[in-house]
Amino acid sequence: MADVLIEARGLRKVHAPRGAAAPTEAVAGIDFRVTAGEAFGFLGPNGAGKSTTMRMVAAVSPPSSGRLEILGMDPATHGPQIRARLGSVPQDDTLDTELTVRENLLVYGRYFGLPRAVIRERAARLLEFARLADKADEQVEALSGGMRRRLTIARSLVNDPEILLLDEPTTGLDPQARHLLWERLFRLKQQGVTLLLTTHYMDEAEQLCDRIVVMDHGRIVAEGSPRGLIEAHCTREVLELRFPPDRQQQAAEKIADTAKGVDARVEVLPDRLLVYADDGEDALTAVHRTGVEPLTALVRRAGLEDVFLTLTGRTLVD
Amino acid sequence: MPVALWRSPAVAGPAALVERNLVIYRHTWYLLLAEVFEPVLYLVSMGLGIGALVGHVPGLGDPSVGYVDFVAPALLATAAMNGAMNETTFNIYGKLRMLRTYDSILATPLTVRDVALGEVAWALLRGTAVTVVFGAAVAAFGLVHSLWALLILPGALLVAFAFAAAGLAVVTYIRSWQDFQLVQLVMLPMFLFATTFYPLGVYPRPVQIGVECLPLYQSIELIRQPSLGVVDAGVGWAALYLLLLGCASLALALRRLERMLLP
Ligand SMILES: Nc1ncnc2c1ncn2[C@@H]1O[C@H](COP(=O)(O)OP(=O)(O)O)[C@@H](O)[C@H]1O
Ligand SMILES: [Mg+2]
Repeated sequence: MADVLIEARGLRKVHAPRGAAAPTEAVAGIDFRVTAGEAFGFLGPNGAGKSTTMRMVAAVSPPSSGRLEILGMDPATHGPQIRARLGSVPQDDTLDTELTVRENLLVYGRYFGLPRAVIRERAARLLEFARLADKADEQVEALSGGMRRRLTIARSLVNDPEILLLDEPTTGLDPQARHLLWERLFRLKQQGVTLLLTTHYMDEAEQLCDRIVVMDHGRIVAEGSPRGLIEAHCTREVLELRFPPDRQQQAAEKIADTAKGVDARVEVLPDRLLVYADDGEDALTAVHRTGVEPLTALVRRAGLEDVFLTLTGRTLVD
Repeated sequence: MPVALWRSPAVAGPAALVERNLVIYRHTWYLLLAEVFEPVLYLVSMGLGIGALVGHVPGLGDPSVGYVDFVAPALLATAAMNGAMNETTFNIYGKLRMLRTYDSILATPLTVRDVALGEVAWALLRGTAVTVVFGAAVAAFGLVHSLWALLILPGALLVAFAFAAAGLAVVTYIRSWQDFQLVQLVMLPMFLFATTFYPLGVYPRPVQIGVECLPLYQSIELIRQPSLGVVDAGVGWAALYLLLLGCASLALALRRLERMLLP
């Protein structure tokens, strides 16, 4: 069996804000294991507790209760030793805006106690990797969002980490920047770096992750490979139907009646109806037979978005 | 083994933070001159201007003490104080609340303790640098009298340490730039009344006791006595006072930063 690098049992975090506000249980007792070399993802909507979990694993936020072991060590007692072997890309870029692009790498490496010569050599290599070599002497402010993200990732690699933590690595980036980042992360994975990432994009989870846990309200509601989760919780295909807003309710009722007969399930979203069926075309024929006229109809493969909807009754991105 | 000590994590951590600040300071070293400019201005205007009116300072035993000699060490202590405290209040407030500099630093093996010690060490360097440059200006005025003056530099270091640590504790309570007004509300009167410009003897005894409790008064004593070459036990008490103030502030700052930075 592969080495277990991260193990959490009953991991909990309660944020106690200042003043009279009620404490929030951001992570409500979760169990998971990450083994060497895998890409492990936390998928969940905003506020699910993903970042809070990542901060605990990064050994920068002490758990409220439960057990957490990273690289065989307890972050409460061995924080510095753990962090020495991790790379961390937090949700919000925390680049040092008082330094230039290259200085960000040089100075960061010194925090790990690395010799200057080693850092200089790695910094040059990482700037290439992040496609930032021509920006090396610019101020961080001059970088675009995608460049900052890549610099943050480059910086997190300066200590040659065994585990890389990525909290929503591509949120807020344009499609081109996202694909570039995915490609870079995929390369790291091939080099044997264990990836732990959070996302609320199902395509990102599907692209990058071997294994996923779905989080909601601080709990893990499902776990498996992207394909496995879809097979376990969804039909193979989904039929998406749009109606004029005033007619959607009525159509939904009619379709729901028919669906019972053909072993399909209907979800009503504010702007569309989803019919889960193993054969979407058959379902569409059945819908037409009821005399309902949708504005548009689309058959697609089921994805993680649908898994989340099935499990929680809510959409991932609203 | 100095090399081994330098490499040990207890020193290397804070040293890495000092190194970060040095990298930035390479671009902004001229700010140091601005900080020296202020006490030089006071020295020239008060020391020479008022000194011409006052002549000698009464009540100091040695009638040869001119007014400039009296004011210069106080300005030096104030320069060490401001040099260190500006760093740990204004600059660290920016890094703590605006730039969020420490969030990424604490994701590395560095601890809150490393950050706090590193910033205090850096402020100490800044305070010392200001003092040395200003001290050179003072010496150029011919205001150094005896070998006791050798105590001025370690004294200034201690002043810088105490105020760097105090500043670090204060900054953890500051919520907005407006709060700095409150800090000024304490610092300015302290500067004016802590025997900077006239001796303690001018106050009635109850007020004297109050003034003697001020950290700037103790700092001025620590520097003025060796500077004038008249040293008594007061120097020892001042050193102890500042050492305790520095250590207590540092302990408080550490506890509060831990809660702020590792939620
Ligand atoms: N430092 C904090 N103080 C108080 N509440 C927090 C803090 N950080 C997160 N929370 C709360 O904890 C919950 C989970 O947040 P988070 O872990 O950021 O979720 P996600 O990353 O999945 O969006 C949210 O309700 C959020 O408001
Ligand atoms: Mg988050």
